[in-house]
Amino acid sequence: MKRYDAVIIGAGHNGLTNAAYLAKAGLDVMVVEKNDYIGGAAVTREMHEGWFYSSCSYVCSMMRQAIHRDLDLAKHGLLLVPYLGTVAFGDRGETLIEYTDEEASYNELKKHSPHDADAMHRFQADLGRYAQLIRKTLLRTPPDPSSFKPRDIKELLWLAKEFYALGERELYEYVRFFTMSAAEFLEDYFENDLVKAAMASPGIIGTALGVYSPGSAYVLLHHVMGDVDGNVGAWGLARGGMGAISNALCSAMKAHGGELRTGSGVQQILVKGGKAVGVALENGDEIYADIVVSNLDARRTFTKVMDKNDLPDGIYERAENFKIRGSSGKVNIALSGMPKFNNVPDNPYINRGGQGFVGSLETMERAYDCWKRGTWSDDPFIESVIPSAWDPTVAPAGKHWMSNFIQYCPPKLADGEWTPEKRDAFGQTVIDKIERFSPGFKDLIVHMEVRTPHEIENEIGLTEGNIFQGELTIDQLLFNRPFPGYGQYRMPVKNMYMCGSSTHPGGGVSSACGANAAREILLDLKRPNTVPEDDCYDE
Amino acid sequence: MTNEPAMSADPFQGERPRHTHFHERQAALNVREAWSAWNGFRFADYYYDPEYEYFCIRNFCGTYDICPMQKYYISGPDAAAMLDRMVTRDIKKLNVNRVTYCVWCTDEGRIVDDGTIFRISEDTYMLTCGSPSVSWLRKSAIGFDDVTITDMTDEIAGLSLQGPTSYSTLKAMGLEGLETLKPFGIMRFPFNGVELMVSRTGFTGDLGYELWIDPSQALAMWDALYAAGKDFGIHPYGETATDMARLEAGFIMPDMELSESLKTIHFEHDQSPFELNLGWLVDFKKPHFNGRRALLEERERGPKWTLVKLDIPGNKVAEGAIMYDTEDCDNEIGYVTSAMWSPSVKANIALAMIKTPALKGDIWAEIYYQKELRYYRKMALCEVKDKPFWMPARTRQTPPEVYS
Ligand SMILES: Cc1cc2nc3c(=O)[nH]c(=O)nc-3n(C[C@H](O)[C@H](O)[C@H](O)COP(=O)(O)OP(=O)(O)OC[C@H]3O[C@@H](n4cnc5c(N)ncnc54)[C@H](O)[C@@H]3O)c2cc1C
Repeated sequence: MKRYDAVIIGAGHNGLTNAAYLAKAGLDVMVVEKNDYIGGAAVTREMHEGWFYSSCSYVCSMMRQAIHRDLDLAKHGLLLVPYLGTVAFGDRGETLIEYTDEEASYNELKKHSPHDADAMHRFQADLGRYAQLIRKTLLRTPPDPSSFKPRDIKELLWLAKEFYALGERELYEYVRFFTMSAAEFLEDYFENDLVKAAMASPGIIGTALGVYSPGSAYVLLHHVMGDVDGNVGAWGLARGGMGAISNALCSAMKAHGGELRTGSGVQQILVKGGKAVGVALENGDEIYADIVVSNLDARRTFTKVMDKNDLPDGIYERAENFKIRGSSGKVNIALSGMPKFNNVPDNPYINRGGQGFVGSLETMERAYDCWKRGTWSDDPFIESVIPSAWDPTVAPAGKHWMSNFIQYCPPKLADGEWTPEKRDAFGQTVIDKIERFSPGFKDLIVHMEVRTPHEIENEIGLTEGNIFQGELTIDQLLFNRPFPGYGQYRMPVKNMYMCGSSTHPGGGVSSACGANAAREILLDLKRPNTVPEDDCYDE
Repeated sequence: MTNEPAMSADPFQGERPRHTHFHERQAALNVREAWSAWNGFRFADYYYDPEYEYFCIRNFCGTYDICPMQKYYISGPDAAAMLDRMVTRDIKKLNVNRVTYCVWCTDEGRIVDDGTIFRISEDTYMLTCGSPSVSWLRKSAIGFDDVTITDMTDEIAGLSLQGPTSYSTLKAMGLEGLETLKPFGIMRFPFNGVELMVSRTGFTGDLGYELWIDPSQALAMWDALYAAGKDFGIHPYGETATDMARLEAGFIMPDMELSESLKTIHFEHDQSPFELNLGWLVDFKKPHFNGRRALLEERERGPKWTLVKLDIPGNKVAEGAIMYDTEDCDNEIGYVTSAMWSPSVKANIALAMIKTPALKGDIWAEIYYQKELRYYRKMALCEVKDKPFWMPARTRQTPPEVYS
């Protein structure tokens, strides 16, 4: 039987990135995916005839440009289109429009609060400064702070230098920032409730924290540190949906000779004499390889597809305690026409970027309270985008699909497991809320796919449906991700690595985790590094 | 004095650019009032957002006003012979209802202008080009008895429709049979009692068409097109988006890569076809044509300069960069003519003129860029590319992909 140089478990976008780089370096690689389709949380699926949903992730900003360029993803069919014009809706239906044009956006903010219009510049500059530092770490392997290896010391010094370059005052501010809540952070800048709510929304997306929970400020930063063509904080859509990213990566991987096998998941990572030697599939097949790379989250990797006895002491427990709480739902809706929203000018540009049904900090917090109690709010936070307004390939001409991301949705309910009835009731609260801002909205609905953490976990194996493959809190970031001591993609079993979002720099469609892991593998194999290291160039 | 006609109420009347046949609609859509001018016409730099409009070309479809482009009918039994003598390509090979791209040169083999020639009937050709060319055309007709040159610029309304959904838009407008139209082909359709001529041509490297119609129906055609394209993302685009798209496709732009010979003061600051990598447009198999002898000589000794496509590391746009043979700038070897960050390919691209012998060595760009007012300088080792940065299969695919 054929023996591979490396087998990658999971064809999520990070697994595919990892495999593409290993294949590009000349390794014989095989990717095994449990589903019949690839992409994990970066996937496009035709769920209703003519409608192609980005079932999970829906917008793109973290994708590393250097990888896009280096793997020639444009040739493999990937086109990222930046979007513009976003509307935030307050509790009473009032709107805050973010225009493409800076002057227009300033005038709009000024209508809400002259103070906030002015403070926005300072807010953007401060956030930009924080983002810049994080951005530089994305395509770098975090140093191990307890190691005396020259490479780690060099990397620690680099990190220290970057931090000190902020200046003393900013350094303190930055350290404080990591433990702050989004609300606290924003209070320092803004007075208007809707402005605060709109700016806070990236702080709760995907996290089991509330706007007032310490740590949510970092989550906010995590969502604005990406860029489209160097415009930091901008978001775009992948033409053909998020699956186009995974498909392009897969095509690049195959062009370099990599192989893919779908339809049967890994049951168990095979370990012999303390070394990973391959995988056993659910269908009984075994695939042998010198290196095993897991694209699964840390909890799943160590507690589901590994034998506890193959692991050094304490690892199983760490994986059990890995913070990976599900908190988000997704409702994908096929529409027979473009919805119209109250208090929004009827022109073709506004509403294309998206709708944030943000309400207020209080509404967000109340929704979080429901999550803590194991239920969902009837006034949830919803972030919506209508990708078909941008992309002629995802819905029939003149028809639309709307992606709705909901915060919060519990992985387990106080009154027992999720059932299809409860799932649909959750979906109903979402469309009820949208209808409040868009009378007639429900009449446009042609098809609806409601996804709770339960569906997300069952389909793509994100434990509890946590979108980041593990909470983005300081104890699980940088060299602490997934666990302290294992921040460099090498895992406690020899020849075994991790490459998914459970590793640095965390969740989001970035390809960074997969690329960084490939770099470490090539280093261990004493092969030249072919993985790009710097994405922000000399910004 | 009382019999004098009243002066126009607008004292600046004489200085204001003219309006094209599509101006009324375009003015309404130019939310940003971002105008410049071309050949005396008011012309949009962009309408709402240049990048948005660029992405319409790559993702949906967009319209670009080509009314200010110069259009000439060259007709009569000697029309083909006259054009054949003027341009470097073999015009006798051009069939009826086909279009060809060409350049024409001075006796010294330097380019006067580039443009496209449409053979619209047995002995009528339409020549389109960026700059007014009446005088050169008249000169070129000397010695040909039976050829008539007519300036049709004001008589034809031209609108370019480019992008992947352009075909679906035209189908939705009811253009039956368009699926068989190949690149550089021409078809005609009845429209409101006049003829709508459609050519599968453009300047974006993407699937696209150009529409030619009698000015009386220009606005009606616009309305029909925009009604048909509503669900296909149709949007007007201006000069900025055009310039981005053409650079990705590797096309030259007048006043960027090309300094028209007749307007150039300094010696050899104009270009030859070989210098612009357009040698494939020069057909030495045909008998005499303008510049033939000089071009033959140039072919023998090789062009002094060569236009190259460059992929530049990093993301600092090399606009205006001077090129050197080493990182230490030992010898100057050329200059960048156009440069941009390509949003589609995610690459830092440029066209540059390089002294031909220097192509054998390294090409370093000296790039200046700004960060919060402060200037920085960097050296970047460039890679020469043979292929256009962007030229997807759909550009040539017939029948084109349908969006429905
Ligand atoms: C609802 C939702 C919305 C999101 N929205 C955004 C967004 O808009 N923008 C953004 O940037 N990010 C978003 N994210 C986050 C982002 O999508 C993920 O962080 C990212 O896609 C994870 O990629 P990955 O490759 O690390 O892992 P995954 O995508 O989780 O890939 C893991 C792969 O392993 C497979 N697998 C699991 N178990 C096995 C097994 N035993 N054997 C074989 N294969 C197995 C899975 O099927 C999957 O293909 C969202 C996530 C979710 C869930």
